[in-house]
Amino acid sequence: MSVSIQSIHKTFGTYTALDGVSLEISDGSLTALLGPSGSGKTTLLRIVAGLEYADPGSGGVRFHGEDVTGVPAGKRGVGFVFQHYALFKHMTVAANIAFGLSVLPRAKRPAKREIGARVKELLRLVKLDGFDDRRPHELSGGQRQRVALARALAIRPKVLLLDEPFGALDAQVRKDLRRWLRQFHNEIGLTTLFVTHDQEEALELADQVVVMRNARIEQTGAPQEIYDQPRTSFVYEFLGEVNKLEDGRYVRPHEIELTFAAEEGVHLAGRVDHLFVAGPFARLSVMPERDRQREIEVWATRERVEEMALASGDIVGLRFPTLPAGAQRAAADGFRGDDS
Amino acid sequence: MAYRSAVTESTPVRWLLIGLAFGILSLFLLLPLAAVFIEAFRRGWEVFRDALIEDAAFAAIKLTLLAAAIAVPLNTLFGLVAAWLVAKFRFRGRSLLIALVDLPFAVSPVIAGLVFVLLFGAQGWFGPWLQEHDIRIIFALPGIVLATVFVTFPFVARELIPLMESQGNDQEEAAVTLGARGWQIFRRVTLPNIKWGLLYGVLLCNARAMGEFGAVSVVSGHIRGRTNSLPLHVEVLYNEYQFSAAFACAALLALLALVTLGLKSAIEHFTGSRGSGRH
Repeated sequence: MSVSIQSIHKTFGTYTALDGVSLEISDGSLTALLGPSGSGKTTLLRIVAGLEYADPGSGGVRFHGEDVTGVPAGKRGVGFVFQHYALFKHMTVAANIAFGLSVLPRAKRPAKREIGARVKELLRLVKLDGFDDRRPHELSGGQRQRVALARALAIRPKVLLLDEPFGALDAQVRKDLRRWLRQFHNEIGLTTLFVTHDQEEALELADQVVVMRNARIEQTGAPQEIYDQPRTSFVYEFLGEVNKLEDGRYVRPHEIELTFAAEEGVHLAGRVDHLFVAGPFARLSVMPERDRQREIEVWATRERVEEMALASGDIVGLRFPTLPAGAQRAAADGFRGDDS
Repeated sequence: MAYRSAVTESTPVRWLLIGLAFGILSLFLLLPLAAVFIEAFRRGWEVFRDALIEDAAFAAIKLTLLAAAIAVPLNTLFGLVAAWLVAKFRFRGRSLLIALVDLPFAVSPVIAGLVFVLLFGAQGWFGPWLQEHDIRIIFALPGIVLATVFVTFPFVARELIPLMESQGNDQEEAAVTLGARGWQIFRRVTLPNIKWGLLYGVLLCNARAMGEFGAVSVVSGHIRGRTNSLPLHVEVLYNEYQFSAAFACAALLALLALVTLGLKSAIEHFTGSRGSGRH
């Protein structure tokens, strides 16, 4: 089911949460809404779900071409997974998952046995077989997350919406669950939209990344495209590490060539402030001699660092690409580096 | 819990303070309570029993139970609606509503009673109209119920507002996205989450409804056997120097308080050990 969002405005009192946001989500895709807190990404997700209504007079939401702007949340056929799971604390895992089916009008409600079978099937799907009779407070964060997912899927939604799905989890669980969700999405192919403030998560998981800032969409595109060709300084700084040079140019740490200060064509000389080698990679912080305000992050290979016999405190030379691909693209799009 | 932290006083000081607290409580709460029961049974069980089954006493008990049976369900409903509004919605006049819920706590019960006399009494605003239609409110059951409802209004709402605010809207929203409708959401999601707080509020509301003196005293008219509630009956007996009977009825009220207290502790213990629910 494709989702189409057309020029949505949303204000809360005097606060503007969404300022004319339009977005196309293709059928079966996995889309990330990425942005800092307060950028409007959760509000957008809630409007797609029907938990929030756009300001009167602004655009609407279409599912597969059909206008659902005025359709209440319960009739939209969306599965929503809340940031803190919002499991029904007083119910067992099985009752939680069965909830959406058990509240159907009698005529549409499946028989008890059918509901039971569906619950079992979903528990298997989220790898929680045998957890039927547990209560939410007996589960770990990752398990709760998967119960919430199973509960949302029980009503066979046409669109799956996840609000900060990994926000409340430990780093390790987060990684595992992220990988699992990607696989899971590949298997069931349900159109999925998730909100995150973690750029790594968005880049690693999504087919399409939507970068939001101050109630607007800054850029939409495939992860590679967003990373390599950021269209605004905000996107440049928000995705991945980046150095802002004296002349306002942006350079990614891996785009800088590490060499000796006396070499020809060195743009900048500086002292290695910190050197960290992990596996085949080395990360350096270089303090320029000219401009002590901006430390420059450099990523090099371990090989190169060993070849140069570098240690903290050494003076090195840095060579920047004449015009980085991203900056070129950004310049073409009328990009200006601002200091926000 | 026998832990010590940086902010704890030294052991002797602590014991002194604990001793002081218990001493004061015993002197001002336990001793009078004991006195009530001792006085009630001073002239034996028979006298105690007779004092309670005597016609006027029996009528007072019946009136008290009836008033509570009407006032408590009403206030449970009002409390639920008020708490739900305040906790789940942001609207203009919300803080006014919260203040109004608290009003009966702030106002002296006597004034609460007088307000109803002013409104519905023979000389009151609606007095003539009521008389024309032969409706009695003041010096009758409706007045007593009104006064009781007014005085006990805050208990359920006060108990539920912080509870529902702390729980937020998440579970209700989840239920909405899963297709549940208003009543289903209330019955299957909201109510189970607040049931202990609700029960606690109802219990306190009931205790006050049965024990209220001031407001009821103003509107009752003290018609023996007709509009005397149990607390009023105690006063009447006492003024007539029937000490044993007065204390017998007082003991019944005190017993009610003790049962309420016991149930309240049981609820606290139960919800506490479940690790969820209140606070």
